[in-house]
Amino acid sequence: MFPLILSNLSVRRHGKTVLGPIDLVIDQGGPTMVIGPNGSGKTTLLRVMHGIEHISEGTVDWAQPDHANHAYVFQSPVVLRRTVAENLSYPLSLINLPKLEINAAVEYWIERIGLGKVANRSATRLSGGERQKLAIARALIRNPEVLFLDEPCSNLDGQSTREIETLLLETATAGTRVIMATHDMGQARRLAADVIFMKSGRIAETGLAPDVFDAPQTPDLQAFLKGDILE
Amino acid sequence: MNDITQGLLAALRLILTFDAELWEISLRSLKVSLTAVIIASAVAMPFGAFLAVKRFKYRRLVISIMNALMGLPPVVVGLIFYILLSRSGPFGVFGLLFTPWAMIIVQIVIITPIIASISHQATRELWAEYHDLLISLNTSKWQRIKTLIWDGRRNLLTAGLAGFGRAIGEVGAIMIVGGNIEHATRVLTTAIALETGKGDFALALGLGFVLIGLALFVNISIHWLSRTEREGRW
Repeated sequence: MFPLILSNLSVRRHGKTVLGPIDLVIDQGGPTMVIGPNGSGKTTLLRVMHGIEHISEGTVDWAQPDHANHAYVFQSPVVLRRTVAENLSYPLSLINLPKLEINAAVEYWIERIGLGKVANRSATRLSGGERQKLAIARALIRNPEVLFLDEPCSNLDGQSTREIETLLLETATAGTRVIMATHDMGQARRLAADVIFMKSGRIAETGLAPDVFDAPQTPDLQAFLKGDILE
Repeated sequence: MNDITQGLLAALRLILTFDAELWEISLRSLKVSLTAVIIASAVAMPFGAFLAVKRFKYRRLVISIMNALMGLPPVVVGLIFYILLSRSGPFGVFGLLFTPWAMIIVQIVIITPIIASISHQATRELWAEYHDLLISLNTSKWQRIKTLIWDGRRNLLTAGLAGFGRAIGEVGAIMIVGGNIEHATRVLTTAIALETGKGDFALALGLGFVLIGLALFVNISIHWLSRTEREGRW
């Protein structure tokens, strides 16, 4: 699956460049945290890598062309208007997995995210934290090789954030490549093995987490880590 | 006011005495309208969802035409199908004119744009919500349509009921292609038109109240059976 190579990549909307040009190589490892101020292109970069954003220029190449085994968790969790259990079974039913296997996977994940008691309730009635846990479990239920997450803990309380971070670390340890955008520097420090810092649609700095956080090279990243407002 | 009271009394009398003719035409009304709604829904709901998920060159034009067809004059539809189904017409060989099937066909033509348009509106809003997720899950077009129909079932039920309301209250078109033949194609609306023409307003009103009651009964029954108001699954 890896490396993932982005070459001379640009995304333009209404004549304005919102991302790029970008050249980037992502290899095994992680979790990778994509950080940067609002509007720096973090979400667009993740969407491009996942293949759900139209590219204006350049290429996104996976080592293996068949790269359908990705999953993506959106900033605002999208829950289907179904029960919690049906939300989890949905991705598996799309690939026509036998019912017994679907039930076993749903049972495992529903307990793992602690929603067993509300399995047969409508997912639209869950709290923000529960919805996001459900969205992550639904993304993981197909055992993806890569999991993209776009600020999954924004607007969540501390307890939910901690539970999600634990789940993500376990997922990364189990071998899923986690690539996540976040504006929460504390979270980035807790989770990151390596970091991509973005500013104004371009990659301003990359590196291993200790290097990036303890010895940032660019003035922009130094200012960002200090908490300054970047234009 | 006296006529309305007389009408209510006539309706009660017809119901309480289990009037055989009332039962016959009420059941025929239900059979014709429900058949039309089921067939029209089977076509219109997937079509509405298809228009929500698929972008193509003349999509806006198709939606405009579909919306415009909601106002299709039933009498004109009836007239056109009278010509098409009459013995000298292109479909005369099937012998459908003055049968319940002719009535079902015109009702399908009248209510399909209504169901499709409401379905499109409902699934379009759901598609805006689901778009990124379903694209991300690598779903096929057909899987997207199925998902929108299933998850939008509550609003689609409303679309179906709107179609049923229009169908069961329709008179002009079915009068033309059905002929209001006793024991064959007479339904509540055509019977009401007949009794009004004969000057028997009390009976006409009585049948009218039965018609309203029937429409309400079907609406409430479908909502109840579908458990739309119960907490949880919907």
